[in-house]
Order: sequence, then C-alpha cells, then structure tokens
Amino acid sequence: MPAHQAVAPQPVPGRRRGSLARTERFWGLLLSSPYILGLLFFAAGPILFSWIIGFFEWDSLTPPRFVALANWQRLFTDPLFHKALFNTLYFVLGSVPPGVLLSLLLAMAVNRGIKGITIFRTIYFTPVVTSVVAVALVWTWIYDTNVGILNLLIERTFKLFGARPPEPIAWLNDPRFAMPAIIAMSIWKGLGYNMVIFLAALQDVPTQLYEAAELDGAGRLGKFRHVTLPMISPVTFFVLAVSLIGAFQVFDQIYIMAKDGRPANSTLTIVYHLYNHAFRYLEMGYASTIGAALFLMIFAVTLFQLWAQKRWVHYQ
Amino acid sequence: MSTRRLSPRAVSAAALQYLLLGLLAFLMVFPFLWMASTSLKSFGEAFAYPPTLLPRAWRWSNYGEIFNAMPMTRFLLNSCKITGLTVLGMLLSCSMAAFALARLEFPGKRLLFASTLATLMVPYQVTLIPVFILFQYLGWKDTHYPLWVPAFFGGAFGVFLLRQFFIGVPKDLYEAALVDGSTPGGILFRIYLPLAKPALTTLGVFTFMASWNDLLNPLIYIDTLEKMPLTAGLSFLQTQYGSDWPLMMAGAMISILPILAIFFVAQRAFIQGIATAGLKG
Repeated sequence: MPAHQAVAPQPVPGRRRGSLARTERFWGLLLSSPYILGLLFFAAGPILFSWIIGFFEWDSLTPPRFVALANWQRLFTDPLFHKALFNTLYFVLGSVPPGVLLSLLLAMAVNRGIKGITIFRTIYFTPVVTSVVAVALVWTWIYDTNVGILNLLIERTFKLFGARPPEPIAWLNDPRFAMPAIIAMSIWKGLGYNMVIFLAALQDVPTQLYEAAELDGAGRLGKFRHVTLPMISPVTFFVLAVSLIGAFQVFDQIYIMAKDGRPANSTLTIVYHLYNHAFRYLEMGYASTIGAALFLMIFAVTLFQLWAQKRWVHYQ
Repeated sequence: MSTRRLSPRAVSAAALQYLLLGLLAFLMVFPFLWMASTSLKSFGEAFAYPPTLLPRAWRWSNYGEIFNAMPMTRFLLNSCKITGLTVLGMLLSCSMAAFALARLEFPGKRLLFASTLATLMVPYQVTLIPVFILFQYLGWKDTHYPLWVPAFFGGAFGVFLLRQFFIGVPKDLYEAALVDGSTPGGILFRIYLPLAKPALTTLGVFTFMASWNDLLNPLIYIDTLEKMPLTAGLSFLQTQYGSDWPLMMAGAMISILPILAIFFVAQRAFIQGIATAGLKG
C-alpha cells in the first residue's frame, strides 16, 4: 500500500538548513498537538484502560474491586454472551455476503452506459444518508404483524394465485423471523453505499482491457471473470473489510426494532450486551471484557482477510 | 453506444434492465413514501385494514401535534449544533495533523503515523466505556460536550485520509512558499486547504452523516429530553407513543428531511466523497 511510503526529508541547500529544521519541528508539533492529545485521551489511553478495568469489578462510581480473571471466566460461561455471539455471527453472515454481492450486481447493472444512471444512483443511495433510527421505525411499522403492509402484500399475492394465504407472520415478535427481518432491513439500508464504491471502481477499469479481452475471444462472462473481477478486487476487499467490521458492531436497528434483543434474546448482539452491562447494570469491568472480546474477534477477522487477500486481490 | 444502431434484441434487453432497476428503485424509496403517507393519516386510518396507500384526508395537523408532544425544535437545534461543531472540529484538527505528517519533520512523527494506522483497526466500543468514565469524571454527563469536543482532537480516519491527499500535492508548492517567507501554518491554510477541497468534502460528508445519525453516544450521555438530538429524541418518542404510528412517522419525517435536503442539493459531493474513500482506501 502506498500508505506506508515514508516521506524522505528533502535536503535544503545552504545556511537556512538548521533554522528550517527548527521551524518544521515547531510547526509540526504545534499542528499535530490536538491530535496527539486526542490519541492519548480518546484512543491509546482508553484502549489501555479498558484492558485494565477488565480485571476489576466496577460500577464507575464507587472504588473498583480487583477480581483478576473473573470477568473473562464469566464471559466463557455467560449463556447470554454465547447467544449474543451466535446472533452477531448470524447477522454478519446473513447481511455481509448477500449485501456485497447484491451491491456489485447492482453497480454492474447501472454501469452499462444507460441513461438516468445518476437518478438510479441517487435513489439507491437515499437510505444510506438517513439515520438508522428513522428508517428502523418505518420498517418496524412495515413489519407489523396485524396491520403491516408486508403481511398484507403476502396475503394479496397468495390470493392472486388462488392460494390460501398463510397466518400473518409476526416478523419482529417471532424468534425465527426477527433476525432475518432485521438483516433484510440492514441490507436495504447499506446497499447504496457499497454500490457507489463498486460503481466508481467499475468506471475506473480501462476500456482497452475489455477490448483486448474481446480480441482474445472472451465473451461476456470471460470479460467479467478475467478483467472486471481482478481489476476491482482491491475495492472488493475494502468493501468486504469495512462491511464486516460494521456488521460486527450492529446496535442501532436492534435498539429500535427489537428492544433488549427481543423476542427471547433472538436479536441480542454483542454490542447490545455490552451496552446493557455498561450503561444499564453499571458493570464496567464485565462490559469492558465484552468489548475486548469484540476487539479480538474483529482483529482476527481483519488479520485473516489481510492474509487471504494475497490469494485473490490483484494490485496493479 | 449511441452511435450504434440498436437491434430489437438490444432494445428489449434494455427495457428489461430498466424494468428491474426501476422495480428495485421503487423498493428503495417505498419505505420513505410509506413513512410520508402514514405521517399524514389519522390514527384510525393508519390501523384500517386493508391499509390505504394514500391518506384519505391529508392530516397536516399531525406535524403540529408532534411539535406539541415533543420538543422537536430543540431536537433539531441540538442536532444542528452538535453536528456543526463536530464537522468543524474534525476538519480543522485532522487537516492540521495530516499536514504535519505529510510535509513537516518533527520528533515522534513515525510513531504518530503508526499509532494512526493502529487506531484505525480498533472498534469504538473498546474506547466507549473509558471515555464515558472520563467524561463522567469531568462532570460532562447530560451535556453536549462529550458529543462534539472529541472532534476537535481529530480522528485516525480523517488524519489518514487527508495525509494521503496532502502527500499527493507537489512538494515544490510547499518549498516555494517557504522561500517566499511563509510559515508552515500559513502554507497549510492559504495553499494546501484550498487545494484539498475534494478530500475535505469526503471527510466532511462522513463526519456529518456519522454525527447526525449517531444514536449510541446521545443515548449514554444525555438524560434530559430538551438536550437530546433528533436520533435520541425519536427513540424516546418511540417509548412514549409506541403505537401512535402517524405521530411517530411525522417525527421520523422531520428528522430525515434536513439531511435529505442537503443530500439532494449536494448529492455529487456525497457520492463522490464515498466513492473516493473506497478507491483510496
């Protein structure tokens, strides 16, 4: 990655050299001082601190009590954490691969030189800019068991084909359907974001490559397989990595659509579990341990992706 | 494409394509239309079965009612204040640090850059609790400070993004201005920042969306209704009027209209901003 290129100091001729170095030192420290303080107080310090409070029992108001590894032991035996872990993985696997695939297909459909591309792009992007809270509210209404428009649509479709409509589905109140319903809403919400990134990547592929492939007798599928996919693979990697990290941290839509991980904890996720323990039960120690576990998971997944990308990401 | 004559097959393929894209576009906007439609229905009509697509009588008074039921004006002002300060602080502090990292030599520079890359990987939930305890200790609970003050201390994503951009600006510009007697600070504000509009737009859009739509932080810091931004206010509205769907949809409409208006006016900036972040990432 070009990100790691260091900037070599340029030699400056003559006697100004010493004073220039002093000027740069002064301005360099001055300009970056807010950020250095920010890293210390809002990043590095808290990261270190969160590992430490993981070894304590602390409500953040009275003095902490050292409990060694008790929080970690609790984590491994907490059935709700296991549930949250399972639900989070369910959400990640249910939303990321289909979401990324759909957005790529959509980007390719929009990228075929058709008129009105900007209108479609704008429409697909609209859910991205709106808050999860607002759209989760309207989806809760759409999913309503008794008067929701989705169940009505299902009923009408069945009747249209002369079949007996099924019992209305309790989308958000049935443990079997709650997570899929939230996943569907989340895919809808994020589709435009990834599509815009894929679209930019597709437009960046040089047309000569396609022409060359055509000369070699490649068909539509061959061009996709041997030109498009490798050329956009760095962007695919970026989209996958960012989507995975985001999905592991899902909270907002669950908070609105399925308060407290209802029904029957079928939608309780890791971040929700952390939120409950930190800010409702005031168990800062245990909540920090949950946070550390989440960090380790995301870190492991990111490392795996960095390792795996060597096999499929093609950098020019 | 336009110079070629289209065969009937190509025409029907294009028609099919428009049909599919149009159908999907309808799916994408339908929840918003449904939100708007419900927000204008009477309580009784919202629960009528089968539901009506458009309200029989347009009840604009729902919007007046929501302003009576909830301090919506305060929510709006709070959101504007918090988001405005957050964007300003983030752009300012990130461009300063990014310029230092890209152009200046100072002790600890490599460590600072390495820390930036390392911080990019850490999910914010890890720092959430310690930062909460810090602000609680400072007596900043139930104030807006925790929501915007950190932005004035920059962020790893923004610093990284702008540093990558500044490195791409020819170094001669910097050196020539130095010879002319400018200070590095002056060069940043007079030469580099005006050039960095695309990168600043990207960072601004990301920061704006993240701050305006943030739920978790207002939820844990703000207790007083009058101090809540729109997201937390809306979530509170849900707990109070959970079954009054016309009222809630009116609230949701009010919360998304400002950002939708900005999006439609500046959509090029939004979309370009996201796309650049993806390509440069």
